[in-house]
Amino acid sequence: MTDTVPHAQSGFARFERPSALAFLGYAAGIVIILWSFAGAGFSVDKVVTAPPRFADFLSRAFPPNLEPAVLERLGWKMLETLQIALAGAVLGVILSLPIALLAARGLIAGPWVNQVVRTILSFIRAVPDIAWALVFVVAVGLGPFAGMLAIMVDTIGFCGRFFADDMEGVDKGPSEALTATGARKLDVVACATVPAAMPAFVSTSLFALEKAVRSSTILGLVGAGGIGIELKVGFDLFDYPSAMTVILMIAVVVIGIEQLSGWARARIIGEQR
Amino acid sequence: MPVTHSSITSSVSDQDVIDRRPSAVSAGSGAQSVPVSVCDIEAQGVAKRFGDTPIFSDVSFRLARGETVALVGANGTGKSTLLRCLMGLIPVSEGDVVLLNQPVSKASVSELRGLRSQIGLVSQKHNLVPRLAVLTNVIQGLLGQQPGLRHWSHVWAPEASREAAKTALEKVGLSHLALRRADRLSGGQSQRVAIARALITQPKILIADEPCASLDPAAGEDVMELFFQLAREQGVTVVFTSHNVDHALRYGDRVLGLADGAMKLDATAASLSPSDLRGLYD
Repeated sequence: MTDTVPHAQSGFARFERPSALAFLGYAAGIVIILWSFAGAGFSVDKVVTAPPRFADFLSRAFPPNLEPAVLERLGWKMLETLQIALAGAVLGVILSLPIALLAARGLIAGPWVNQVVRTILSFIRAVPDIAWALVFVVAVGLGPFAGMLAIMVDTIGFCGRFFADDMEGVDKGPSEALTATGARKLDVVACATVPAAMPAFVSTSLFALEKAVRSSTILGLVGAGGIGIELKVGFDLFDYPSAMTVILMIAVVVIGIEQLSGWARARIIGEQR
Repeated sequence: MPVTHSSITSSVSDQDVIDRRPSAVSAGSGAQSVPVSVCDIEAQGVAKRFGDTPIFSDVSFRLARGETVALVGANGTGKSTLLRCLMGLIPVSEGDVVLLNQPVSKASVSELRGLRSQIGLVSQKHNLVPRLAVLTNVIQGLLGQQPGLRHWSHVWAPEASREAAKTALEKVGLSHLALRRADRLSGGQSQRVAIARALITQPKILIADEPCASLDPAAGEDVMELFFQLAREQGVTVVFTSHNVDHALRYGDRVLGLADGAMKLDATAASLSPSDLRGLYD
């Protein structure tokens, strides 16, 4: 008989039987996930009953409040939000560069310095931006300056780490060529490493700006300036149409910034290969 | 009768090597009178290992000023590694390198920088900084001799450095591309810019790791001619690696051959035939 059933005769197992340890690991993973759902108060009942309440909120929020006076007030607040984001991100990016030089392994600082700086950057990233905003509200008072400082610190935590990784990852050839001329470490880094890492710096900085814009929209919730305070007031006073206007403005601005950033990234990095 | 590596090494005396120098140095027009006793590079029982993997061991030789030396050997025999050891870019595992009369292992960081600033390196991969202008890349070759911000870019470099870069680029025929970005050059053009970067320092020693690998035959000949001319007219010691047997014999006063983790050949080019070198690749 010449007809065969290939899949039945290949002799290769389709699945690998997990080891006992792997099986225990999978089981433990599933238990932890279920436990997390329980801790998060996951309720099918609430999921089922939520849509009518959500629809009720939408019916009260729409149409959004488009009165000229409200739009003007929110427009100025949104502008302030963007100012906080831009100023904080620019300062953060600038300060990240020297910090990243100290964090990058094998560039200008020894392994101990690298480790200490990387640990500090990890700590900065571990603290949420809203918590930094609370800290700076205490330190410098209510207002956009606290928000800008929070964004700046958050950006340093983000860019400092990624700039360092970017510099560690560049082709070492040009650095070695300049080292072979007798150049000092700082000259080698400035002339070979930093230019080679520049496309990655630009990309990371644009991501940092997007992140800053998103963050700055909620810093107002803790009094650190920007449009977030309008969102809080809208919900606190059950002025859902105004709150919806704020939400829509945030969405439009954040999506716009992401589009702009994507375009700039493609233009700058695309051209510069 | 085929010539074995060991027979080559043993059949060539030191005298063969030294005898050829004076005639070679005086061959070019305007040649400098360089005493043959001046030794620019000396390897003393050099060995290199990466972890537990030995690359080569017990490599010894002395290179006189103005000598052109071809370092040959099959892929993976450690030619590039040996060149990097000679410049102190990586440490040797055993032995020592004496560069311009100074032991590399005993040199402080600043002394090592000073030594390197007198050497030009041309790598197999040209290693230009891709996003910067050709002129900036060449000017950065001066960073060892003149460190600091002013040589980070051609935009604010001193006029003398810009002139020196222009002259170096003219030597390799690329002054018309001075303001082009380095990553917009062809492979051959990039290699010539790398040579200009090495020449701008007016080095005493030029080390070139397969300088013709990315060049077409005609451009390769031009580059080798340039190196030969530097050795003859300016007394520059040139060490180059090559898989081109013809280049090794034609442009090298002397040929060093690495094989099986050891220096198997050290002879004057005049005493060798192409088949002798091909033996190193068997």
